Amino acid sequence: MSTLTLTMRQTGGIGVRHVRALLRQPAFVMITLVQPVIWLLLFGQLFKSVAKLPGFTTTSYIEFLTPGIVVMNAMFSNGWSGMSVINDLDRGVMNRFLVSPVSRGAITAGHLANSLVTTLVQSLIIIGLGLLAGARFHGGFGAVLLLIVAALLLGAAFATFSDALGLLMRKEESMIAAVTFLVLPMSFLSTLLMPSTEVTPWIRDVAAYNPVNWAVEVGRQSLNAHPDWGFAFSRLGFLVLLCLACLAMAIRAFRSYQKSV
Amino acid sequence: MTVSSPSVAMTTSGGSGADIAVRDLTKTYKGNVQALRGVSFDVAPGTVFGLLGPNGAGKSTTVKILTTLSRADSGDATVGGIDVNAHPDRVRRIIGCVAQQSACDLEATGFENLALQGQLYGMHGAALRSRAAELLAQFGLTDAAKRITKTYSGGMQRKLDVAMGLMHRPQVLFLDEPTTGLDPQARAEMWTEISRLSRDEGLTVLLTTHYLEEADKLADDLAIVDKGVVVARGAPEVLKSELRGDAVVIEFRSDPDAAALRECVASQELREVTVDGRSMRGRADNGAAALPGVLVAFESAGFAVASATVARPSLDDVYLRHTGHAYEAAGSQDSESAKENAR
Repeated sequence: MSTLTLTMRQTGGIGVRHVRALLRQPAFVMITLVQPVIWLLLFGQLFKSVAKLPGFTTTSYIEFLTPGIVVMNAMFSNGWSGMSVINDLDRGVMNRFLVSPVSRGAITAGHLANSLVTTLVQSLIIIGLGLLAGARFHGGFGAVLLLIVAALLLGAAFATFSDALGLLMRKEESMIAAVTFLVLPMSFLSTLLMPSTEVTPWIRDVAAYNPVNWAVEVGRQSLNAHPDWGFAFSRLGFLVLLCLACLAMAIRAFRSYQKSV
Repeated sequence: MTVSSPSVAMTTSGGSGADIAVRDLTKTYKGNVQALRGVSFDVAPGTVFGLLGPNGAGKSTTVKILTTLSRADSGDATVGGIDVNAHPDRVRRIIGCVAQQSACDLEATGFENLALQGQLYGMHGAALRSRAAELLAQFGLTDAAKRITKTYSGGMQRKLDVAMGLMHRPQVLFLDEPTTGLDPQARAEMWTEISRLSRDEGLTVLLTTHYLEEADKLADDLAIVDKGVVVARGAPEVLKSELRGDAVVIEFRSDPDAAALRECVASQELREVTVDGRSMRGRADNGAAALPGVLVAFESAGFAVASATVARPSLDDVYLRHTGHAYEAAGSQDSESAKENAR
């Protein structure tokens, strides 16, 4: 059996394990599905009149907001990925994996596969709901696909980063503090809720380096009748690099964890 | 490292034929906790080897190094002839591990736990399913196979742990305190299964335990570890026979004066006399024959004897002889448990 087949099999086994565990908690599944809906409708109502500001290219705030909520959801739900790593550490499951021939990459990738399936389903729900609420994606199907890819890439980066944090911190309390510390400023230092023409200049400058903002700006191309493909693909490239960096960090974190055992 | 027992020459005669060979392992944890201070031993293929010692003696640390979870600071170790440091990936394929703490995935069923374990080793399809079914039957878990392991009793979870360790038919099985926390019946069942594995399936088993009885019953060979060093090695029978004679334990009604007591028994057939509180331990070639004389001597010297016991040597006595302290008193606050607490 080739190494690749073996790694695929290991990744598949671990992915199925996580999906199965998720589906066995109906309440959790419900919350996972309802949460993005609430965000979209709540923020949509809260900031409704913002769309009347002169910098807005769309007249419907829900339309403007939909790509942002897809991205925000990807970040928020995957930021907690590391909690299940801590759970596996506490229960000895992680040690059992680490003394088996499974590669550290397969442990991370299997876990990630579950996160991405969840994020994909949630993204489709938000986009569908946005359409129902009157949002129109003038960029066409391809641009909507880019929105989903951007959200999945950002989600993957957050999930692997969070897994690395879990391996390094090994305590739920520290993990909660770190994720909260990270996620809120990253949402607000972006054009997630406001167009770049309306935000304070220094925030606009910082946002240019914020991965959340890259994903939001890529996603928002789906609203334009003439999407800026060059811009979109460059930011997707940044997101791919970020994912690889986070994956490398997660794999290094396994080594750090094993030193402490 | 100080090893004084003559059995050492027998067991250190080279690691070439051994399934596990350990040389001078040391490991210091953060905070300068010295878990291992030079541990060496060999395990012959197809035997059950016991690593016996109180909590914190360094047993789990040794197992973590041998199973590639952790790395030693210095020293060498091979499993199945493969260096654990140089080729951890190759070692992982031939070992099965059952950690001290149960490692069942509580959200998955017994069958699903076994199936994933098999997949991690590259098993699939019908071979995977039939091996899982075989192990479930072997450990009496067939009826519970489709239940979430959260609903299992401690004994059932432990059985599933061992079944997972065996899933890929390993050459060497590590069992870290497999019966800790089990009720007597579950423990007896586990003992039967462990004996069967080495006897019928030719598995090499390294077992750590802090139960003297367990080591005595299961181990073909054992190493007694205390504070990160091996203090004695050999077969339980050999270690016990080295003590040459029976243990004589006498309890007094009040604390005796130790010096006077020693003087009193100096002329008797009693060796290695230790006094601890109200009890005195000694050793005699024939305990039953020595006892009357000893009792007469005490009575004439005015020591009020409450009880007297003569026992064939036990591992407890072996432990006392090699470490200088009684087994029960050892290792209550130690490196490993301190480390666990710090988590």
